[in-house]
Amino acid sequence: MHLHKYEKIWLTFGFAALIIFLSVVGVSAFHQGHTPAGGLQKVDPDNLESTPPFDNPGVHEKKDGSYEVAVVAEAFGYTPGKIQVPAGEKVTFKVTSKDVTHSFSIVDTNVNMMVVPGQVNEKTHVFRDPGKYLIVCNEYCGSGHHFMSMEIEVVDQ
Amino acid sequence: MTAVSIPNPERKLALTNLGIAYTAFIVGTLCGLLQVFIRNDALQLPAWLDYYQILTAHGVLLALIFTTFFIFGFFQSGMSRTLGAFGPKVVFWNWVGLIITATGTVMATVMIVSGEASVLYTFYAPMMANGFFYVGLALFVVGTWVQSFALAGHYLVWRKENKGEKSPLFAYMTVATIILWIIACLGVVAAVLFQFIPWAFGWKESINVELSRSLFWYFGHPLVYFWLLPAYIGWYVIVPKIIGGKVFSDSLARLSFILFILFSIPVGFHHQLTEPGIASFWKFLQTILTFMVIVPSLMTAFSMFAVFETRGRELGGKGLFGWFRKLPWKDVRFTSIFIAMLFFIPGGAGGIINASFQMNEVIHNTLWVVGHFHITVGTPVAMTFFGITFWLIPFLTKRVFTKALQRLALIQIITWSIGMVLMSTAQHVLGLFGAPRRTAYTGYQHEDALAWFEGIISNHVTMAVGGSILFLSASLLIFIVVQLAWFAPMAESATQETFPIAESDARETPGILENWKVWIGVALVLIAVAYTIPVADMIQHAPPGSGGFRTW
Ligand code: HEM
Ligand SMILES: [Cu+2]
Ligand SMILES: [Cu+2]
Repeated sequence: MHLHKYEKIWLTFGFAALIIFLSVVGVSAFHQGHTPAGGLQKVDPDNLESTPPFDNPGVHEKKDGSYEVAVVAEAFGYTPGKIQVPAGEKVTFKVTSKDVTHSFSIVDTNVNMMVVPGQVNEKTHVFRDPGKYLIVCNEYCGSGHHFMSMEIEVVDQ
Repeated sequence: MTAVSIPNPERKLALTNLGIAYTAFIVGTLCGLLQVFIRNDALQLPAWLDYYQILTAHGVLLALIFTTFFIFGFFQSGMSRTLGAFGPKVVFWNWVGLIITATGTVMATVMIVSGEASVLYTFYAPMMANGFFYVGLALFVVGTWVQSFALAGHYLVWRKENKGEKSPLFAYMTVATIILWIIACLGVVAAVLFQFIPWAFGWKESINVELSRSLFWYFGHPLVYFWLLPAYIGWYVIVPKIIGGKVFSDSLARLSFILFILFSIPVGFHHQLTEPGIASFWKFLQTILTFMVIVPSLMTAFSMFAVFETRGRELGGKGLFGWFRKLPWKDVRFTSIFIAMLFFIPGGAGGIINASFQMNEVIHNTLWVVGHFHITVGTPVAMTFFGITFWLIPFLTKRVFTKALQRLALIQIITWSIGMVLMSTAQHVLGLFGAPRRTAYTGYQHEDALAWFEGIISNHVTMAVGGSILFLSASLLIFIVVQLAWFAPMAESATQETFPIAESDARETPGILENWKVWIGVALVLIAVAYTIPVADMIQHAPPGSGGFRTW
């Protein structure tokens, strides 16, 4: 198969760009730990009341000084209805759903998690700036989808 | 002398497909118009109609029905044009397929209109629509398979009669697209037949949600290539002829289609990057495979501009860019597709951003994504289809695409471009701010949310103006289609539209490129590598399943 000289240059450039992109993404993901939200823990969506940590939704300080926030989503809101966490600390969100698929997405941050029934999604985030952040559900979940939101307050320690 | 076209049975088949496509198109775009006004609270819907019902109709009618029916009409005409008249069996099975596809379409549409299926075109479990919605979807897919097999049969007959010859490029690319479509649909058919239907009719109590999502996206990404490849046929095979040139390289054109088959299927996880239930390793592996489509995409871009430059220079264009001005800009059959290609540049770049693993968190499910697919399927694909329509319908109806209609067509193309630039730019910007997609209203009572709409571009007005111009343009297109179908003057042999097929020199093309068994084999191996372990894991370590919910 004949390749024109310019096409060779063009495709070499393409391959090089590809390798650079993928290396940047890969190093950032697996070396610096910037993987997107995820998790392999399973739960029974009909039995969250007796499944830790969702039997006690809310903010919990852990032994190492970091925080864990357990959140249950259901049409069309979240439990707990209000969250307060400190700025500058590691906060790990653990979210699951009681009914349909939702999302837990904090505006102005990279916390953008799908909330799938039966699965626990996890994401760790450090809030730099105190203030009130908006959380929205950005996965269609029914007639009240556009009302599904809440606030998270980040306070100075 | 009277005008020639392809034989009557194929003309009728193709025109029926195109008729259904454009009916879906006008209703779908009307839904789009309503959406932009409901979102900013400028329009109150009556109680029996709901935003999400309209949005479901918009997605299904435009992304599934318009595209699919158009594609089959185009394939049927082109296969008859390049391989010769269909035999009676090929005609018969094409009709059977068309009728099944149309029955499925009607069934799903009735369910959406009656409010039984406001689950959007992605129908994520455990939202549960009326069981007949899923039956409609299944029929739709099966009908397209029947049409696909009928076309493949026509191709096989040709191969048998022309042993040792390479098939015409149009037929080759059609077969490649059909192979992609059949492999892709296996996922959605499995989900609908074995998960959704038994569950929605109450034969099974629960559904494995994560598995259903993964099967959907196994289908959902190649679906976009099922839209794109027919547009690429227009770019590779038809545009060169329209401007008076030749296919740049037959073997590279065929190779790029093979690469699209290989790298568009084992990549569905890039739509599921922010969800649980799939280990990071598999998400990343599929990200790598996703990026491979950059190679055939760059090959396509190169070929296109090589054809343009070569032709422009033949026409006397001098200097670095002089050839550019020599191109036939007044010919709307060319201009439409050229603009479509331009839209694909930011569209493709946006796609790379979306697929970039952790970067996906910035935009996932925001309005950015809506902006993205309106400048990929909504313009590059749709506008290429418009450009094809302008000659395909008069070719089939033996009417004249008159000067007056050509002028209208130019206006249609230009208004669509302007409307789309306004609407999609607003959506991209709003998405970066964090505004969610698929929302009936965006009045979150929070200062961040209120600030979203304060920009000049992200203003509510921009999107509404863009949407209105777009709908105007869609109406104009329908006017042109109706004229070309029923009212334009009948053609003489001198004024008749032709079906442009560019010359493509296949003498040097390696035969292996047409050895489909090899490529299907490689595709299946890649799919097995990318999916076997994570899907087996979803089944073995499934959480208790979900019952059905009706939250609309
Ligand atoms: C008059 C022209 C059009 C207008 C005004 C329009 C408007 C819109 C708007 C505002 C949305 C977002 C709604 C939301 O997320 O809340 C949307 C979604 C969408 N549009 Fe369009 N659109 C048009 C044409 C098209 C075309 C030609 C296609 C494809 C061929 C298309 C495919 C889609 C799809 C697939 C969705 C997503 C539906 C979903 O989220 O389930 N649109 N459109
Ligand atoms: Cu929601
Ligand atoms: Cu995709």
